[in-house]
Amino acid sequence: MSEKRRIRYTACFLILALLLAALLFLNTVIGSTQLGMADVLQALLSPGGQGTTERIVWNIRMPRLLSAALLGGALSVSGFLLQTFFGNPIAGPFVLGISSSAKLAVALIMIYCLGQGIVIRSVTLILSAFLGAMLSMGVILLVSGRLKSMSLLIVCGVMIGYICTAVTDIVVTFADDSNIVNLHNWSMGSFAGIDWGGVRTAAVTVFASLFCVLLLAKPMGAYQLGEVYAQNMGVNIRCFRIGLILLSSVLSACVTAFAGPISFVGIAVPHLVKSLFRTSKPLLMIPACFLGGGVFCLFCDLIARTLFSPSELSISSVTAVFGVPVVIWMLLSRQRKSAG
Amino acid sequence: MDKSIMIANALSVGYGRKTVVEDICLMAVPGQILTLIGPNGSGKSTILKTLIRQLPPLSGTVFLEGRSMPRMSHLEIARSVSAVLTGRPEPELMTCEDVVRSGRYPYTGRLGILSEADQQKVDEAMTAVGITDLRDRDFNRISDGQRQRVMLARAICQEPKLLILDEPTSFLDIRNKLDFLYLLKALVRERQLAVILSLHELDLAQKFSDTLLCIRDGGIDRWGTPSEIFTDGYIEQLYGVKHGRYDVRFGSVEAEPPHGAPLVFVIGGGGSGIPVYRKLQRMDIPFAAGVLPENDLDLPVASALATEVIRERAFEPVSAEAVQRAMEVLTECRYLVCCTEIFGTMNRGNRQLLTFAEKQNMILPVGELARLWDKTSAL
Repeated sequence: MSEKRRIRYTACFLILALLLAALLFLNTVIGSTQLGMADVLQALLSPGGQGTTERIVWNIRMPRLLSAALLGGALSVSGFLLQTFFGNPIAGPFVLGISSSAKLAVALIMIYCLGQGIVIRSVTLILSAFLGAMLSMGVILLVSGRLKSMSLLIVCGVMIGYICTAVTDIVVTFADDSNIVNLHNWSMGSFAGIDWGGVRTAAVTVFASLFCVLLLAKPMGAYQLGEVYAQNMGVNIRCFRIGLILLSSVLSACVTAFAGPISFVGIAVPHLVKSLFRTSKPLLMIPACFLGGGVFCLFCDLIARTLFSPSELSISSVTAVFGVPVVIWMLLSRQRKSAG
Repeated sequence: MDKSIMIANALSVGYGRKTVVEDICLMAVPGQILTLIGPNGSGKSTILKTLIRQLPPLSGTVFLEGRSMPRMSHLEIARSVSAVLTGRPEPELMTCEDVVRSGRYPYTGRLGILSEADQQKVDEAMTAVGITDLRDRDFNRISDGQRQRVMLARAICQEPKLLILDEPTSFLDIRNKLDFLYLLKALVRERQLAVILSLHELDLAQKFSDTLLCIRDGGIDRWGTPSEIFTDGYIEQLYGVKHGRYDVRFGSVEAEPPHGAPLVFVIGGGGSGIPVYRKLQRMDIPFAAGVLPENDLDLPVASALATEVIRERAFEPVSAEAVQRAMEVLTECRYLVCCTEIFGTMNRGNRQLLTFAEKQNMILPVGELARLWDKTSAL
């Protein structure tokens, strides 16, 4: 690695870390309740305090911003994995219908449990979301065995997404009134309502998966030259593909279980990060995507919370507003590249 | 021979139940190039894919350095076999150096970080292939010739004992084809690599291979050294050529000759006739050629393209008898084109033909062959 590149990578990581720190701070300070900077700092130094400021900071804002950072990171890493797997820059958990089917599975479990009066634990939510994600992943893999064309594959994923969303809507419509409020918020996508227990479960799941993803960085690098070359370099393709699919499903399932479906983070962030670093080396991209996803979601959540405060926007509508232009820009620049 | 890197015995290859080529026996020896030739779809790529274990063999055995290949792990295989394949990878945002570096994959640790020694191997491979100036260029934005060199450097830096290349020269222009094969040959000699490759360019296969394996109709049709394979008529038979000819001495291709009774008589000799023969062929005008000694440079092309060739024995002057035969043909023609101005001891007989034609006003200068367009359409 040349010295120039090393400097660039260090600088990029520094930028991301600074942005993350700044956004974490802003998300702590800014909110629908006006709090003084000094009060917030005071509250931060006294965890477990019973004052209003302490409660707002520690019980509402902290879990929310931590989950936004964690889940945003998880989502963009999941997107990066899927893009590598399908060799297509537009693949992502939302586009391929993985988020939507995870959402459907979670909605069904939620309604069932609420109806039976069972308290839902976050692990149950993750597991059901994972099952839902694997189901649509299974369908897509079956189709991809037959269809060689990537664009058809994406269309297939989008269709799965529509079907799952439609079924979720129907289920939500017929659910008991008391459940709907709860479900409605969640199915629109939001980082609100995640408590410390949820953050802990999410953190364990995400960091464990992330560790495994880093172990896949080496074969992913080989896989970027195509499956055949990867195999020729000694990658066990079967194990690698299974690992990649499981991990990307776990990551996006975890996000869906806690925050509902969030669009375009999985496509936009990896592309932005790649353009920033000017490389696609997985060993760098995985941590960078994680940081970048955190930054992106913290930023979007800040806007979702504050733009029309006190009413909140759904996180997906904000990520779409910022994510879609990035995706269009990416498609156009690729078009230009292949034309020129 | 226990020196060989890879031995395949009674190997059958194909997809699922469909056998493409069966009963393959081959051997890859250090410092030698083994080339697979044969028509499109004969299964050259299928064989190569099986040898790098991308496809499972349907039956038979493949031994790599004395060990049965199906029992080896992908990593073990990767340390002795590397490949340059037909598909063009289009990795995102990878520099040429990144691509070459990926060749060190089988030697790096869990995270794939290259050590100093690895980097040295990368630099060495890039120098050997002559692509050090491409180091920081985007792999997707270099020419096909450069790309193939980068892929070769990648394969070399994997430190293989056996290199497998599937039609490595197919998209390259003539200069790059020659450069690539020349480079390959040098690397093979220098590093004592065993090479198995497939080629479509027969002329190059003949010049760069040590051994050839001819694949046809689901089996090995022949194998041997270039001089054993490139014999008269065999290439046409191997490829089922119906229109035209392949000249094994020069590696040149001749198209189908024009049909019909000769309209033009061409006096050639010493290579002077070849451009005229080819031009007449392109104009689809049947012609006769003569009188050519058996060892004349013009003869291979003349016998591929002319309706009739009047020959004389090698190293003998054109005899009266040959002139007689030529005269019979000449009188049936409308024009005579004389490509040579030199009449020496050997081809003095041809001068008689020229004199005869002059008298008959049959002479058509070489520069005015185009006039035949009008004259033939007027016919």
